[in-house]
Amino acid sequence: MADSIAARKGPVSRFLDSDLWFSFSHSPLTIVSAIVALALIGAAVLAPVIAPHDPFNLATLNLMDAFNPPAWVEGGNPDFLLGTDDQGRDMLSTIMYGARISLFVGFCSVIFAMVLGVTLGLVAGFVGGTTDAVLMRIADIKLTFPAILVALLVDGLVRAALPRELHDRIALWVVIFAIGISNWVQYARTVRGSTLVEKNKEYVMAARVIGLSSTRIMTSHVLPNVMGPVLVIATLNLGFAILAEATLSFLGVGVPPTQPSLGTLIRIGNDFLFSGEWWITVFPGITLALMVLSVNLLGDWLRDALNPRLR
Amino acid sequence: MPLLEVRNLRVEFPTRRGVLTAVDDVSFSIDEGEVLGVVGESGAGKSITGTAIIRLIEPPGRIAGGEVLLAGRRIDNIAPEEMRHVRGKQIGAIFQDPLTTLNPLYSIGRQLAETMQTHLGLSDRDARARAIRWLEDVGIPGAAQRIDAYPHQFSGGMRQRVVIALALCAEPKLVIADEPTTALDVSIQAQVIALLKRLCREHGTAVMLVTHDMGVIAETADRVAVMYAGRIAEIGPVRDVVKGARHPYTEGLMGSIPSLTHRVERLRQIDGSMPRLTDIPRGCAFNPRCTKVFDRCRIERPDLMATDGPTRAACWLYAKGEARDAA
Amino acid sequence: MPLDAAAAATEARPLLEVEDLARDFDVSKPLLFRLLQGEKKRILHAVAGVTFAIPRGTTLSLVGESGCGKTTVARLVVGLYTPTRGAIRIDGTDMATLTSRAAQAPVRRRMQMIFQDPYASLNPRWRVGDIIAEPIRAFGLMRDRGEIEARVGQLLRQVGLSEKDSEKFPHEFSGGQRQRISIARALSSNPEFLVCDEPTSALDVSVQAQILNLMKDLQQRLGLTYLFISHNLAVVRHMSDRIGVMYLGKIVELAPGETLFARPLHPYTRLLLEAIPDLEMTGRQRTPVGGEVPSPINPPSGCAFHPRCPFANDRCKAEAPALVTREGVQVACHAVEEGRLAA
Repeated sequence: MADSIAARKGPVSRFLDSDLWFSFSHSPLTIVSAIVALALIGAAVLAPVIAPHDPFNLATLNLMDAFNPPAWVEGGNPDFLLGTDDQGRDMLSTIMYGARISLFVGFCSVIFAMVLGVTLGLVAGFVGGTTDAVLMRIADIKLTFPAILVALLVDGLVRAALPRELHDRIALWVVIFAIGISNWVQYARTVRGSTLVEKNKEYVMAARVIGLSSTRIMTSHVLPNVMGPVLVIATLNLGFAILAEATLSFLGVGVPPTQPSLGTLIRIGNDFLFSGEWWITVFPGITLALMVLSVNLLGDWLRDALNPRLR
Repeated sequence: MPLLEVRNLRVEFPTRRGVLTAVDDVSFSIDEGEVLGVVGESGAGKSITGTAIIRLIEPPGRIAGGEVLLAGRRIDNIAPEEMRHVRGKQIGAIFQDPLTTLNPLYSIGRQLAETMQTHLGLSDRDARARAIRWLEDVGIPGAAQRIDAYPHQFSGGMRQRVVIALALCAEPKLVIADEPTTALDVSIQAQVIALLKRLCREHGTAVMLVTHDMGVIAETADRVAVMYAGRIAEIGPVRDVVKGARHPYTEGLMGSIPSLTHRVERLRQIDGSMPRLTDIPRGCAFNPRCTKVFDRCRIERPDLMATDGPTRAACWLYAKGEARDAA
Repeated sequence: MPLDAAAAATEARPLLEVEDLARDFDVSKPLLFRLLQGEKKRILHAVAGVTFAIPRGTTLSLVGESGCGKTTVARLVVGLYTPTRGAIRIDGTDMATLTSRAAQAPVRRRMQMIFQDPYASLNPRWRVGDIIAEPIRAFGLMRDRGEIEARVGQLLRQVGLSEKDSEKFPHEFSGGQRQRISIARALSSNPEFLVCDEPTSALDVSVQAQILNLMKDLQQRLGLTYLFISHNLAVVRHMSDRIGVMYLGKIVELAPGETLFARPLHPYTRLLLEAIPDLEMTGRQRTPVGGEVPSPINPPSGCAFHPRCPFANDRCKAEAPALVTREGVQVACHAVEEGRLAA
């Protein structure tokens, strides 16, 4: 029987045979997005290894190199492919390090929001009653504030509450917390909705009949079955989180300038835009746009691919 | 000339793993005023046959071959505009879930009246009067008061009555009823079946009754077609199919139904299950489950042929000159 | 060898006793809406006091139309719901006295449930082997992995599947095969009592026959006791020793299977038997009884069946009939009791 043949396949061939892989391999735009996203992530992660210069090593910086245009423009220096900034730092290397910070903040805040949102949504949906009502009203209230505003508020509060050095040291984590906390509601609502559906299915009843605890049923039965939409939201939110971090940094309340992210780079470069040194802001901008666009396209594809109604 | 004639109908669903043939070379006919039951287990292709005739197959499914003739005129290749007129005016449809047929935003009276105005050209006043008469006819209590009610204000059984009125109000020659009682409770089922039978007899409407419930067919149909894996396994007068089935599948199917009137220790069972459309066996699709299988069944696909009874069966047991004791 | 008195008593005691079991559901709108719209609380009396017992090794079926409360009874018995009123005793142990999970575990191990929808009753993310082994692990019946694997393989063979199937996921199986997996899971904790909630109503008839045969075989081989819930009278007749007919949360007639079909007493039972299309009655003309099941939120006064009953009189409208035993048949009907309705 065909059934028994399918069973003996390993996980790799099962994946290659899956509808997910099929829809991926038949969508050129998605493949391009995946390549771009992987290239950017790869460049960011491997920055210390592959970047041509170390922009944070003051010993190698030379102010004489400042304001070099990109290599292919007249007056460019082939040592600095994308030119240099006002302090003589190599733009390409700076962008790679900046992307590293941006992605780190993005990933961490998405994971934070996801863990918080999924937990609250799961509990609200599964326990129901007053717990559900309270959690969901909190979520409603949260939704009435724009995410960036919440992030600004959190950042401001922490700034006011903590001494300056301490704040600078944990600034990165404050940004992650601020973006994460402004984003959990979407996860919580989706997971709550799916949980309400799943908890009335008979496999959950079967687990109840044998007397499993609610915690165990939630984690081992319900959770794996509500994670599909969560992955879609997480992917789409990664783009948002990166943008949010860039916005905060652009406004000057994000990560400290000693660890410039893409947003910080754009802000710094913005000062030179009208004096003709366009590359200092344009290249980080392009990188940011590519990063967010490719991640969002991947998220869109994932949403469509996992949506049974569209298949 | 039969009212409906289906010749070599073939319905395909292209998927990424190849083309699935959901209905494969199916031919049958329905005479005027006749009730043809189409039975089969899920995946046999019975519903798809019904929806193919009225051309409501969900894409990417498509009719890949064959002809459908209504009163001698082909309807499988006419323009969608024209087909819309055939549906409703000449062929009515009743589906399992009344809510798929009824528009929740319009009162039932308006839906009935509009259907009659479109197809019969009645005036507003006449259409309304007739709508009330139809509702009375299908047994809606207080029809005159409830005509302006909306579908959600009716119970499931009442909704299905409204759907029957809607299917019959344009006086079609044929009604395709796809599992019309499956979603209803047993006591309501009996009411709806009795109603459908009475109205179709009164109006001389032919019915193609698609269901998995042999009991409903036994009580309602004149002839019955048993489908298996996209093909007709056996077709004939209902009593002969139920009591004297010739195809081993039909025989097994009848034996597997628990009876209300006598009790057996063990039900007769057909081992295995209907093949998925992705791997229909070579030869006769039933051969791996058949107790009377012989070599020819595994190689060559049988078409419907005359048997030693009044039914026609797609089974090599009845081929002329075939060794009968091959089992 | 003579059995001693205690053992004989255990043997004679029904495995399941249900006494005046009732369960209400609050189906009111949220408090705020109620206050704003001045509505009262709406209580649905899903089960309104049922009493029955199932002797060891036998099958009791509950039949009725949707909304009659049969599924609620099943879920009450296995502890998915807590009763509003009444008692459930498993082998003499009152379930209400067992409050902690640890105290309930030994009783829970002895009863299991088979569900209606084979597509929803197996966790789609789990392998079949893990699904079947879950009760074994939950009750700590076996610790050793190899031992569990061997037991899962044995269970799979017992329900007519192959040992290798434990590596697969539920979506690789057909409806009938999934129901077999569901049965294997239910058997894995060596239960004595199975609650089967419409186990074949989602299946095709030829597959239904396979599952019903399997369940009968297992009952004989393992001495199982069944509480069988179904709306299909023919299936119920095939499976049961005794049958309870439910209407709006109450049992209206409880009789041995053969008696119920040969001589139905309650008008509702007669209606049901009359209503079902059967292969034997090809072309027969019937006069179906009109009316529909009323809402259990607002049940009719007196006997709940009186609005549909051709034999109802003033007493039926005012006074709810009690379940009375006559010649081994329990029936709740004034007409039968008064002799107005011939048996």
